[in-house]
Amino acid sequence: MNRFIPRILLAPAVLTLFLWMIVPLVMSIYFSVIRYNLMQPDKTGFIGLENFEYFMTDPSFGTAVVNTILLLGSVILISVIGGILLALLVDAPFPGRNMVRILLISPFFVMPTVNALLWKHMMMNPIYGVLAQVWIFFGATPVDWLTDWPLWSVILIVSWQWLPFATLIFITALQSMDREQLEASTMDGATYLQQLRYLYIPHLGRSMAVVVMIEMIFLLSVFAEIYTTTGGGPGDASTNVAFLIFKQALLNFDAGVASAGALFAVVLANIAGVFLIRMVGKNLDK
Amino acid sequence: MNTSLSKSALFYLRTLCAWGITLLLFFPLGWLVLTAFKTELQAISVPPLLFFPPTLENFTIVQERSDYLLYAKNSLITSVASTILGLALAFPAAYSMAFFKGKYTKDILMWMLSTKMMPAVGALVPIYVLAQGSGLLDTRTGLVIIFTLSNLPIMVWMLYSQFKEIPGEILEAARMDGASLWQEFRMVLLPLTLGGLASTGLLCLVLSWNEAFWSLNLSAAKAGTLATLIASYSSPEGLFWAKLSAASFMAIAPIVVFGWFSQKQLVQGLTFGAVK
Repeated sequence: MNRFIPRILLAPAVLTLFLWMIVPLVMSIYFSVIRYNLMQPDKTGFIGLENFEYFMTDPSFGTAVVNTILLLGSVILISVIGGILLALLVDAPFPGRNMVRILLISPFFVMPTVNALLWKHMMMNPIYGVLAQVWIFFGATPVDWLTDWPLWSVILIVSWQWLPFATLIFITALQSMDREQLEASTMDGATYLQQLRYLYIPHLGRSMAVVVMIEMIFLLSVFAEIYTTTGGGPGDASTNVAFLIFKQALLNFDAGVASAGALFAVVLANIAGVFLIRMVGKNLDK
Repeated sequence: MNTSLSKSALFYLRTLCAWGITLLLFFPLGWLVLTAFKTELQAISVPPLLFFPPTLENFTIVQERSDYLLYAKNSLITSVASTILGLALAFPAAYSMAFFKGKYTKDILMWMLSTKMMPAVGALVPIYVLAQGSGLLDTRTGLVIIFTLSNLPIMVWMLYSQFKEIPGEILEAARMDGASLWQEFRMVLLPLTLGGLASTGLLCLVLSWNEAFWSLNLSAAKAGTLATLIASYSSPEGLFWAKLSAASFMAIAPIVVFGWFSQKQLVQGLTFGAVK
């Protein structure tokens, strides 16, 4: 075959992706060094690193970085540990196992805006919400979740969506466990904990890497769940970096500062990306 | 004797635990469905109602007041179109990288994945400015382009890992027999990778249908998808829980049912074939 044909076939995807990456990047770099406020179109001109200084010294900035990491870390931890436990629980046959599987994974297919509003109103409303009713039933004072525990509420909401995803992956991975090896180890008197440590966990290593990778890609920029529930508040209590940039761009109309923030987010994503690609590269090469 | 007794006890305990936890996790979704069939008063009753005469009026009100069908049409068109467009771009690229491995193939793959790592919000201002300048703001075409591009890296990866499992000799044999590139695609590769194509397409459909960031920021009354319709129930109208639930129910039902039937393919696809 003509040796140019493979390149021609590859070109459209590479070119469009390259444009998709480079055009916004170059524009961001340009916007980030000029004065560019949509409310003050007459004020323009080169201002150097002022936008960066403004974004980084904004007291919200530190909070947003910490919140981003907390959100990412907690959801990954909850979904990996919870997912493994759930997958082990439903691995052995029991009545209604197929039904359980279907119900378990359903929240993953729910769109983030529905997920967020469902929790905000029907679950977490401090008066009429189901959780408040449960609290009252047990004689406790209902919690105003989104005001008192904003970040943890968001973490709960996002975890509810991603735990099923992790569970689904681990269930699938467990199906390829070597049953004979398991039986042999039982014969040799291995306890369940030992099997867990030496057989199950090593077998799940690869799927854990996959879960962490995919969740990292999607959770670094959680947006809709915050937008529809807390709006980043109260104050900045549940603002992550993605939402902070959004606030600068569309609420403060300051495209310059937002672009500076965007460049920071790109750097943050690349740091995460380097770790990730190393980890996944190692795991996928096996 | 003793062990068999404790074994069956363990079995019942396990069944009970599995069902208990599952119902607990599914509860919010089940509650949403129940609320969709309540009147507004029943929806906020204290204590919450489990049994009630169901009503369908919420569904008609949602359609009348916010034109559900328009948003559903937008969601359907944008997700299907971006899936087809994405497959058309990703299929040849994955074929080229899987069967004609070059010096930079691995780097290109990693670079593609790294563009997916870029937070969407990082491109918000430039894309907004570009969309406004080219008149693509609040159009379905604009959303289709964005959805396609943001799913493309994942689609290339998925197809690539599925093509990798096909021995290159089969394709070579076809070429020896004088098959053209199109015939090779059509008669050899397509039948062999139909499952992989399906799972890639399915995942792309789910991701586009549920996409919220770009549709919230780039679309409104004309091209808005179901995700934006639901978000508009965020504040004042959010007080009407029964209507909110009915709208949500209609927005998620198609894709959740769709997901139930395709979960196996989705796992294979999403994990790039690393988990079987």
